Amino acid sequence: MMAGVTLLLLDFTGAVHLWLGWMARVQLLPAALALNVIVLAALAALTLLIGRVYCSVICPLGIMQDLISSLRKKKFRYRYSRPVTWLRWLMVAVLVAAVVAGVGSIVALLDPYGNYGRIATNLLQPLWLWGNNVLAAVAEHYDSYVFYSKDVWLRGGVTLAVAVAVLALVGTLAWRGGRTYCNTICPVGTVLGLLSRWSIFKVRINTDKCVSCGLCERACKASCIDSKNHNIDYSRCVVCGNCIDTCTHGALNVLPPGSGMKDGERKPVEQVQQARRAMLVGGAIVMADAVLAQTGKKVDGGLAAIEDKKEPRRTTPLTPPGSLGADNMRRHCTACQLCVAQCPNDVLRPGGDLMTLMQPVMSYERGYCRPECNRCSEVCPTGAIRPISVEEKVSTVIGHAVWIKENCVVLRDGVACGNCARHCPSEAIMMVQLDPDDELSPMVPAVDRSRCIGCGACEYVCPARPFSAIYVEGHDRHSLR
Amino acid sequence: MIPIHISKFFYPIMKRRDFLKALGAGTATVAGAALAGCDNDKPAGKQPGEMTMRVNPNTGDSVSILGYGMMRLPTVDSQGSAREDGEAEIDQEMVNRQVDYALEHGVNYFDTSPAYCRGRSEHSTGIALSRHPRDKYYIATKLSNFNPETWSHEAGVEMFQNSLKELQTDYIDYLLLHAIGMGKDGMAEFEARYIDNGILDYLIEQKQKGTIRNLGFSYHGDIAVFDRALQMHDRGEVHWDFVQIELNYLDWEHAKEINPRNTNAVYLYDELDRRGIPAVIMEPLLGGRLSHLPEPLAKRLLSHDPEASVASWAFRYAGTRPRVLTVLSGMTLMEHLVDNVATYSPLVPLTDDELAMLEKLGSDLVGYHTVPCNDCKYCMPCPYGIDIPAIFIHYNKCLSEGAVPDVAERPGQGQALHGDAKASTSDNYRRARRDFLIGVDRAVPRMRQADKCIGCGQCSPHCPQRIDIPRELHRISDIIEQVRRNP
Repeated sequence: MMAGVTLLLLDFTGAVHLWLGWMARVQLLPAALALNVIVLAALAALTLLIGRVYCSVICPLGIMQDLISSLRKKKFRYRYSRPVTWLRWLMVAVLVAAVVAGVGSIVALLDPYGNYGRIATNLLQPLWLWGNNVLAAVAEHYDSYVFYSKDVWLRGGVTLAVAVAVLALVGTLAWRGGRTYCNTICPVGTVLGLLSRWSIFKVRINTDKCVSCGLCERACKASCIDSKNHNIDYSRCVVCGNCIDTCTHGALNVLPPGSGMKDGERKPVEQVQQARRAMLVGGAIVMADAVLAQTGKKVDGGLAAIEDKKEPRRTTPLTPPGSLGADNMRRHCTACQLCVAQCPNDVLRPGGDLMTLMQPVMSYERGYCRPECNRCSEVCPTGAIRPISVEEKVSTVIGHAVWIKENCVVLRDGVACGNCARHCPSEAIMMVQLDPDDELSPMVPAVDRSRCIGCGACEYVCPARPFSAIYVEGHDRHSLR
Repeated sequence: MIPIHISKFFYPIMKRRDFLKALGAGTATVAGAALAGCDNDKPAGKQPGEMTMRVNPNTGDSVSILGYGMMRLPTVDSQGSAREDGEAEIDQEMVNRQVDYALEHGVNYFDTSPAYCRGRSEHSTGIALSRHPRDKYYIATKLSNFNPETWSHEAGVEMFQNSLKELQTDYIDYLLLHAIGMGKDGMAEFEARYIDNGILDYLIEQKQKGTIRNLGFSYHGDIAVFDRALQMHDRGEVHWDFVQIELNYLDWEHAKEINPRNTNAVYLYDELDRRGIPAVIMEPLLGGRLSHLPEPLAKRLLSHDPEASVASWAFRYAGTRPRVLTVLSGMTLMEHLVDNVATYSPLVPLTDDELAMLEKLGSDLVGYHTVPCNDCKYCMPCPYGIDIPAIFIHYNKCLSEGAVPDVAERPGQGQALHGDAKASTSDNYRRARRDFLIGVDRAVPRMRQADKCIGCGQCSPHCPQRIDIPRELHRISDIIEQVRRNP
């Protein structure tokens, strides 16, 4: 499961989500935000049947913790601890309050899937891409099109920092105490823990056989077995089965009718090793952009330097078609970065606004929201970006273009241009005389707002640098053209 | 550069350096074996004999029919298949080795210019040639004052003196007025660059002094300027010892068809022939376009002679006419040099039938509507960063390989298909589309692709082929956009 979700988050070709897209949709908080009743009912039923198995086999952050703690050689290092109930329910309260108030950034920080998504896309995807780019270079050498190269760039510094911090926090807790994060902080774990108290199948201690040796307690990564009192805190048990395997007297079993729930996935270890290998290969690539100071055309050849474009300050941020607008995005997104990692045009990146921190916003320095693409709407598990057909998409207005006269090369460099008008897919830009009374005045772009959908083709192809002379201002609520 | 002839065979199995090592060993063997009369290790298919030489009637120079063009020198990271980086430095070691090989095999005419290779060609040529005795080769260079800042008498003199310095010599064998007829107003530019400022008089004076041994010009563009220059010759105002023109089986009779503002090579050659002026030939291969033909045309040549490279036909064509003094080839890779040396050692002139066959091929090639770009890079650098020649070369390559996906074949378009036929058509289209789009991004970085051309038109006056560059770029951009939009 973790391998699947990770693959989904690392993929950039758009092929994986067709097969594994469901893995993101069965995550609890995304399903809740998407009001996906079927998934919620299934997860509740699963928990009522055999406890918090969700945390052991479905939640990628949970599995990641097991991986981290399994790196330690010392196996029997845990011991029973009392639940920190007040903190657990405080976290649930904070989450509920944040969802109700629509503070997307808090929701994002508390969602285990979102956290894992950020770790995978910010820390693993660059390695994955670098590895891919090595293969692409090899493929190119042999005139093969099996692999193609993909730019690796820092999409959001804050999000990267948050991902690192969360990995450090969760990783440290897992290293020291196993499932401490799941059992004291994670609100999803707490809510599932509430249900798992009443689950039918549970790990039970047969006091006739038990010799109170305490081995099971020391093997329990959830620290939920009180071996002295033969007590198990089912709100924290993630049904990993370590205790059952450990008990030399067969005193522990999942009852009624016993079935050995084993600690699920061993496969992910391989995944991590692969990623490590990819890092070694990827590290060798140096990203260098060739630049040449332009000489006044006295010699032949060479390439003029291209200054990188800078993101303009938009009064209203741009959200992708299908998200309905800023409000829906804020209320549903858990900032898992799946859409960001998937965007084939490098348009989406995590935002920096405090209320909606790390939720996706759009910008057009590296590409624009192309008319034939609706991939973000296909992959979003939370309903923040709802499924939208390409036909619907091209008539959905997410913003409108604004011309910045001072930046336009027609006036700045005194050359003919019109690239924005030529590339506008909606034919919303028209070239008009700057001075209608002067036939010799230059042709400049004018935006017909009734046609503009805010796709950003104009902003992307504009030759003005670092700031484009035409940029898209976002709309708070999307509308139909 | 598009991989050309021999390189195609060697690339998959041998790296360039390895190939050259093997070749270096082969060369040594050939040199030794020429005496022993046995060369089983010969590097190319054909056994090189003696290079064909032509005599310059003015000075009696014996000039090799193959001339080395120093416009497309190898760069340190140029691979046969990948286009060289605009930033990359000239690979001097390779230049030296290739010049050594050329001299060893009878090539003695080296053509450079102060503008070539971002202004570094003369320097590099000077280094390579100065390692050999000065009387073993002829140097051709040019007065390449395209920028109006260099149109003054002083700037012209300075440019000529600098050429002497860079080439480490005190005389130039062949000095050309560079590309007369080019620019927005070819005639006005010709007058301003060479006549009004008295720089032509200066060059004539240098010829009398012996600093210049032969004086000539190269021509592109406005035919009135070509005619004017020859009138000056007829009136005795100047004696042109040679003239450099573009000649190949496409331009012989079809230059005007491709672009009405161009002139057929048959006219240029006949005008020179009538006056007994030796012709130096440039663009015999059209920057590689005549070595990378569309498949049916390449097949036609190969079935004529399975052992001769496609490129060799173009070289034989260029060299067959007797008034030709030398045929210039910008040989970037050792493989090009080896193949061309083989073709011209000795040159087997084409028969009338073969001439007719190639001219027919030329007229068929016109029908492919490739962009007539020869990758000379005169248009570069584009002030907005577009890699113009890379875009054209890649587009031409796709055209001749039939790799531009036909949007009409997209599933759900065109004629109704059912079942397997439908599935396989859509699979084919999808694969062709994916490969095409990946290929576009590999050939040129996104920021330098055709969709970034704003159409300012600063490039077009520099193009010797007089291509309407923005129009062609926009056309290509539209084709790519259509494919992108139809998944």
